[in-house]
Amino acid sequence: MRAIEPWVEDPLRTFLQESASRVVLLMTSAGQVVAQHGFTRSMDVMSAAALGAGIVASSEEIGRIVGDAGLGAQAHQGSRQGIVLSPFMTPVGRWIALVVYGPETSLGLVQLFLGRMVTDLRVAAPVEQVTRPVLAEDFERDLNASLRSLFGR
Amino acid sequence: MSGFLVEALDQLSRADGVRGALLVSADDGLVVAEAAMEGIEAAPVAALAASLAGRLLKVAETAGQAPPALIHLEATEGGLFIAVGEGGLLLVAITTPDANAGEVRLALLDGAGRLS
Repeated sequence: MRAIEPWVEDPLRTFLQESASRVVLLMTSAGQVVAQHGFTRSMDVMSAAALGAGIVASSEEIGRIVGDAGLGAQAHQGSRQGIVLSPFMTPVGRWIALVVYGPETSLGLVQLFLGRMVTDLRVAAPVEQVTRPVLAEDFERDLNASLRSLFGR
Repeated sequence: MSGFLVEALDQLSRADGVRGALLVSADDGLVVAEAAMEGIEAAPVAALAASLAGRLLKVAETAGQAPPALIHLEATEGGLFIAVGEGGLLLVAITTPDANAGEVRLALLDGAGRLS
């Protein structure tokens, strides 16, 4: 497990232990990766984050069109594994969790412990976090620093 | 909801000491239907009951035993009964500590029989 923000580690570790999920990706609603578990290649993480954020944004837009602002969380059941994509609020902004799970657990358990992780994250989040604008000149450096944090290289 | 599911849940929730009754998808751990779940969150109970039933079914299989028809978890402040029905459904009852276990078992097994 790797996290850019240290306060994310404990809630995420607990979630992984209790839900028995295989892969977890936490990202901001813009697709910026916050933490990951189970990915081995940085390219996969970046692609999954971008796609996950895009799916959530698309779903919410469909929800807005049909007059239901609650659309967003979704579950996909495959033949060998399932995927949960769930947006949630934290004190530092809106995040998205992408969870891949196998037959050793269930959608109900993943949803249950995902809800608890969100609660834990809200408690663990720093009271004040200085947000700064994303500047083009900082982007590549920040991206590389994030990838080093997430993959340890 | 199908009539036989409503009947199974209604009969179970009328048994003495039953605080809530649930129909749960065994594979997903999701609530299919619920009755009389006052003060009890259905989703966590469904997820954990399905997980418990799944593990106990695996234990029975590993031990070369027939799968259990009924699971009873006794706790200090109440009980959890799970009947394994056909079609991947579980019938779950949450009871008070003084519930009539015999009556609950009968209602559960009867309800689970209706699911087949």
